[in-house]
Amino acid sequence: MPTDANASTTKRLERRDVTHVARLARLALSDAEADKALDELNAIFEMIAVMAAVDTSDVLPMSHAIEMSARLRDDVVTEPDQRDAHMALAPATAAGLYLVPRIIE
Amino acid sequence: MHGLTLHELGRALAERQISSMELTQRLLADIGRAAEPLNAFITVDPERALAAARAADQRRAMGDAAPLLGIPIAHKDIFCARGWRTTCGSRMLEGFVSPYDAGVVESCERAGLVLIGKTNMDEFAMGSSNETSFFGPVHNPWDPARVPGGSSGGSAAAVAARLVPAATGTDTGGSIRQPAALSGITGLKPTYGLVSRFGMIAFASSLDQAGPMATSAEDCALLLDAMAGFDPRDSTAIEYLPDGAANASGEQWRRYQRALAELAAVDRPLADVRIGLPEQYFGPGLSDDVRAAVDAAIDQLGRLGARTKSVSLPNSALSVPAYYVLAPAEASSNLSRFDGVRYGHRAAEYADLMEMYCRSRAEGFGAEVRRRILIGTYVLSHGYYDAYYVKAQKIRRLIADDFARAFRDVDVVLGPTAPSVAFPLAAKSADPVQMYLNDIFTIPANLAGLPALSLPCGFGEGGLPVGLQCVGPVFSEARLLAIAHRYQACTDWHRRMPPRPWM
Amino acid sequence: METAPNWEIVIGLEAHVQLDTRSKIFSGAATRYGAAPNSQACGVDIALPGVLPVLNRKAVECAIRFGLAVDARIAPVSVFARKNYFYPDLPKGYQISQYEAPVVVGGTVAIVVAEAEKSIRLVRAHLEEDAGKSVHEDLDALLPDRGSHALSGIDLNRAGTPLLEIVSEPDLASAAEAVAYAKALHSLVRWIGICDGNMQEGSFRVDANVSVRRAGTTTLGTRCEIKNLNSFRFLERAIRCEAARQIAIIEEGGHIVQETRLFDPGQDETRAMRSKEDAHDYRYFPDPDLLPLTIADDWIAAVARALPELPHAMQGRFQSDYGLSAYDAKVLTSSPDIARYFESTVAACGEPAASFAKPCANWIMGELSARLNRADSEAGEGFEVFPIRPAQLSRLVQRIQDGTLSSKLAKMVFDALWSGEADDVDLLIEQRGLRQVQGSDALAPLVDQVIAANAKSVAEYRAGKDKALNALVGQVMKATQGKADPQQVGALLRQRLEGD
Repeated sequence: MPTDANASTTKRLERRDVTHVARLARLALSDAEADKALDELNAIFEMIAVMAAVDTSDVLPMSHAIEMSARLRDDVVTEPDQRDAHMALAPATAAGLYLVPRIIE
Repeated sequence: MHGLTLHELGRALAERQISSMELTQRLLADIGRAAEPLNAFITVDPERALAAARAADQRRAMGDAAPLLGIPIAHKDIFCARGWRTTCGSRMLEGFVSPYDAGVVESCERAGLVLIGKTNMDEFAMGSSNETSFFGPVHNPWDPARVPGGSSGGSAAAVAARLVPAATGTDTGGSIRQPAALSGITGLKPTYGLVSRFGMIAFASSLDQAGPMATSAEDCALLLDAMAGFDPRDSTAIEYLPDGAANASGEQWRRYQRALAELAAVDRPLADVRIGLPEQYFGPGLSDDVRAAVDAAIDQLGRLGARTKSVSLPNSALSVPAYYVLAPAEASSNLSRFDGVRYGHRAAEYADLMEMYCRSRAEGFGAEVRRRILIGTYVLSHGYYDAYYVKAQKIRRLIADDFARAFRDVDVVLGPTAPSVAFPLAAKSADPVQMYLNDIFTIPANLAGLPALSLPCGFGEGGLPVGLQCVGPVFSEARLLAIAHRYQACTDWHRRMPPRPWM
Repeated sequence: METAPNWEIVIGLEAHVQLDTRSKIFSGAATRYGAAPNSQACGVDIALPGVLPVLNRKAVECAIRFGLAVDARIAPVSVFARKNYFYPDLPKGYQISQYEAPVVVGGTVAIVVAEAEKSIRLVRAHLEEDAGKSVHEDLDALLPDRGSHALSGIDLNRAGTPLLEIVSEPDLASAAEAVAYAKALHSLVRWIGICDGNMQEGSFRVDANVSVRRAGTTTLGTRCEIKNLNSFRFLERAIRCEAARQIAIIEEGGHIVQETRLFDPGQDETRAMRSKEDAHDYRYFPDPDLLPLTIADDWIAAVARALPELPHAMQGRFQSDYGLSAYDAKVLTSSPDIARYFESTVAACGEPAASFAKPCANWIMGELSARLNRADSEAGEGFEVFPIRPAQLSRLVQRIQDGTLSSKLAKMVFDALWSGEADDVDLLIEQRGLRQVQGSDALAPLVDQVIAANAKSVAEYRAGKDKALNALVGQVMKATQGKADPQQVGALLRQRLEGD
């Protein structure tokens, strides 16, 4: 579980952080773009860093704007086949399948 | 017809002074003339709009007397509407035609509103100036060299220029209120959960909320009555209000119109209202012209019987940092579905799957969206989750607690909506942090899930509108609208119109 | 070879159990297997912009059932999180799963290996959505002209199918134990009706976390995860070859890299999965679209009331009520079908049940199971479609017990019932004259004849060669056309020969 002990470990990003994150997010980034992103992100994280100074050791994280429990739905099939309408949106399809470059597992 | 409100148009239609067809045609013509100077719309579909108008006229001929029947409105292009191109301001969805209707689109249609077009917006609602739209910036009707605010900038400009009597918007960190303030109209962000998020393209799911944008609080009430309502397709939608009433939509209900009507019957309607003025909202970041207009509005409310009191929201300054962790984190995940596989932009050339993903997304998303995806991915990634994401969630609770404490002593919290009047195009687009800080007064209500309204309260530098923000406890929309309505009953800021040189 | 002698294997399993719901876990699309590609993928399943998930109550109920069945804690509050990664079969770019706060915590599953019982501890069980499927091979046939070798097709029908992921502690010490555990789990989820158990269709899939260590050491070695094992045979083979691979690496002075691997049954080897390169950074966070799942005590109580008798309890009852051995009781409670079949058969035999239970058990565990195994290899299905009904088997057992049928005759009747030649046991006995020749009155003349005609064997028997009696029994049986009880014949012979 999260602890506040490491909550103050904010550090400046490095170039390799930007390229790593861009890869995780599947965003192509040129060298120039990565340089620019590095500066911008560091400026933003400098603004964000003020949080670290706040003592939040006995504060519960807040994930939702409302204190409510999940509402559940009954196990009923309500959705008809809409394949044709959906397939019409896709860049590449064949035989009822979405096509992508070959996946290598 | 120029400048008529939802209420006035409703009456004109009911009295058959005009048909929905005539009205829609007239507004379509206005929209066409203003297209170049304002760029408020991404898609206008006269054929569909006129078909809907014809249907509304038929409904009326059959005896339907719904108050909004036949009135044209615009939806922010974040709402999916069946058969309509729905772009979210992005190249990613440039050619996306939605196969389904959002909950808000359905309920507006049920109320008889005629969808006339989809308004311009910051790409995926990420922006405070409408400059991040793939479809170009929107110009502020009060000064075309200035921004209208964002992200619902197209809706704000369209309503301000009276191209439509009202429009829908969405508000994740101020995207209804800030453009309402900068464009001189009234806009309400409801309590989280009051309006369905189904079919509203998600930016930050725990903060997003749809709401009405119109020229007056009275019209916002009318539109909110149509928009609000429980939707079983949204797990975070509210089924019952705290007073036990069902969160129903439609004219049978008219919760908010009724609230305003009850108010009219009272002698000194604001006598019981305790207004809190947070010291943090009147600090050094606030420009003098805005402060002057807001102070004058507070005096006016005092003269109407409200009592004012200083309150403290000590963690306010932390709201922007917390927001710029939480919103990008959620956005980075919400926007992962745009991968070029099932819909949306796919790069023309790629060697393999990885390259298809990376290029499609880099080409499909603009700079601000890419920036926020990078921030969000980083704060969720291994080793930073606790320091950033969890920390921000805790700050979020502190901010919510600040409001809860304040609302023990006061009924609403009042202050400026934005720190300054509309700024010039390109003034802040090179400096993300400066742009982000523009939302300092609006973000806290999103973090806390509270309803908040912005209404015009005067003019500042360059004759540009100033917005007054009222934030209330959860589900206090009726009271916020009532306060604004009372204020608007004895001021005319909301009736002032920008020049319309294209007419 | 189970293991190299100075090595220990440590295994933990993650079972992915498709829950038997009509609609998906977060949408109203159907979950039926085998539909045309993408015909059961609605807007939520294909992750259209703007759509939202709503949780299926039945899926939660299945999780509660399972938790109760393994004596686990049902979390009063659990949380759905997003597991973020890009893959074409994952439309949202994240999988909705439970991470920090799962719905089921702890619990145990009992297994029997080499006649010894062992309790396997569970870490947790959590709800999540299944992904779609990629089609590679079939695409070549579908698109011969489109350079399809460079393409994969995506079918999202399975996307959003509810899964319960059941995670064990690393309590399993061999491939055999892993298989026994997987089978016990497979049987249990079918027993409590939360999964159809169809492994060919992927309703029950297993990932194995395997590590090795030198015998006697206690620290865990680096583990590798082998994904998507959809048969018990593959599970066993995958663990064996993965353990061998790891041992060979360490013995050659190398070290194990923690990674996700895939079992290739054709090559009988595991290989690293390229697509799991981001596996170390899934960026889990609570799904903002789904509020916390709360489960009240009265819901748990209602589910508990509707839960069938569990195999362990039933096993105890079979031992005490029917006097069966622990082994017999265990086998007869290996599936709801076999247990139901057994109980129906015994009940049809009449009172006292205990006297019929053992012969019924023997027939079901022997002849019946052998034929079922021949007919249906793995899933253990078939008792409901079995050609012999409990009422028929009970009549067969009754006719053995009352002496009408010898075991040899009974086998003949059984064959006739199985093949469908006959339907009614008693009618068959009458028509074919299968009644056993029994009683000393009927047999005595035949015994005397055989003794008289086989002087040599008689002499040998009297000289102390006990085996000589078998030849005499055989002669009497031949004379009765096999309709006598050999034991009774033997006793009569002995009586005659020794009495003289």
